[in-house]
Amino acid sequence: MNNFNYTKAASIPDALKELNGNTANKIIAGGTNINDLLKYFITTADKLVDINPVKDHHTIEELPDGGVRLGAFATNADTAYHPLIEKRYPLLSKAILAGASPQIRNMATNGGNLLQRTRCYYFYDINTPCNKREPGSGCSAIGGFNRIHAILGQSEDCIAVFPSDMCVALAALNAKVNISGPDGDRVLPFADFHRLPGSTPELDNNLKHGEIITSIDLPAEGFEKNYSYLKLRDRHSYAFALVSVATGLDLDGDTIKEARIALGGVAHKPWRIPEAEAFLKGKAATGENFAAAAAIILEGAKGYEHNSFKTEMAKRAIERNCIMALHPESQRPGAQPSL
Amino acid sequence: MEKTDTSTISLKVNGKEHTIKVRPWVSLLDALRDRLHLTGTKKGCDHGQCGACTVLCDGKRILSCLTLATMKEGSEITTIEGIAESNELHPLQQAFIDHDAFQCGYCTPGQICSGIGLLKEGKAKTREEVKELMSGNLCRCGANVGIIDAIMEVKEGGRHE
Repeated sequence: MNNFNYTKAASIPDALKELNGNTANKIIAGGTNINDLLKYFITTADKLVDINPVKDHHTIEELPDGGVRLGAFATNADTAYHPLIEKRYPLLSKAILAGASPQIRNMATNGGNLLQRTRCYYFYDINTPCNKREPGSGCSAIGGFNRIHAILGQSEDCIAVFPSDMCVALAALNAKVNISGPDGDRVLPFADFHRLPGSTPELDNNLKHGEIITSIDLPAEGFEKNYSYLKLRDRHSYAFALVSVATGLDLDGDTIKEARIALGGVAHKPWRIPEAEAFLKGKAATGENFAAAAAIILEGAKGYEHNSFKTEMAKRAIERNCIMALHPESQRPGAQPSL
Repeated sequence: MEKTDTSTISLKVNGKEHTIKVRPWVSLLDALRDRLHLTGTKKGCDHGQCGACTVLCDGKRILSCLTLATMKEGSEITTIEGIAESNELHPLQQAFIDHDAFQCGYCTPGQICSGIGLLKEGKAKTREEVKELMSGNLCRCGANVGIIDAIMEVKEGGRHE
């Protein structure tokens, strides 16, 4: 790590003041990603601003509109195991518990989960070109070993994927991100928080420098009756997804009133296609219809030398996970296939 | 607002207060091993991938390699050196011996601290859940069957205080 200073912030205004004007001043919360990035010299800091002493934003609370607010500084473990989340948003609970390890979930915060960096091998290897790490240097993954890389929404400059499981569920649930900054507070719909790489892959998301995520709001609808999270990976646990799927269904008998399907492990952000969800509206909850929705979601997918299997894998994972959502009691630890 | 270059911090480890001077970038793992000479906690990968550095912080299992020592002032840290009562092994330590739950022993302190954390959390009901919730601790010797057996025994015997 480079030599940095360290400051404790007592409040959000305090933290904003400390960040002010210097991109090398960085927030530290759980530290599970930034400490790792600092150790590899992928990022450096002049100053780390520790927001753990901030009194607010550590809790999970019901909102007057029937939704639930997740404090940005609450840990992933405290969120996944919170009675409100287990009961009303089991899709979110299962997705969080499919990510990382128990030790990391005990440390990592909800805000930090949104801001974690890709695990692209080349991003992590400072001896190789990477447009995300060093804009303009090139992409080593295109033409390199690209088993874990993107098949949707990628650009000629970057094929990295966003690694979070939690965020796949948050995308499916239509969460909103509450942000405080020097110019006041603002709210971003979850779909607008992360971004596609385009020609500026160094930007993972639309949070501006100097801003802080303070909380994440879940709408009242949690799909607690019919939900499923499926995570497919190279080992059964403690690995990032090759493909993951979050499904929430609102059913009237066998008829789909509303469907939500989000994919992880395939793009620079959680991947949702509203047209596929609209296609399912009013249709029967059958494998055939789910497969047709999957085909819409994977339209335009493009694989590379080592990851072209992901397109078919994602289609089958979507169909399978939608069927699993009809039997949520079958969910297995680690979001493994259950049916 | 307090600003630091080198700071003097007080760390409570295994029930004892220690006052040390640390730079902000010193990990809790390095502070435990190099400053407090508590070398039971192991530095495996130093990147949060192996679990060998697992300790308990206010009763919760965390990775000391991805924690800055200076951030844990005021917390109660428990390492492998602090889990036995005087001369009596912690039940999970005894179960690891009884079930041959190690070969080289390098991952063992982290495995045991993680297992104690798991038992306290009380979320793992079945063997499959115990396996899933121990996946953050790698054993390269392949003693995993014994490790899970040991945790299951203590869990089912209700011995986890």
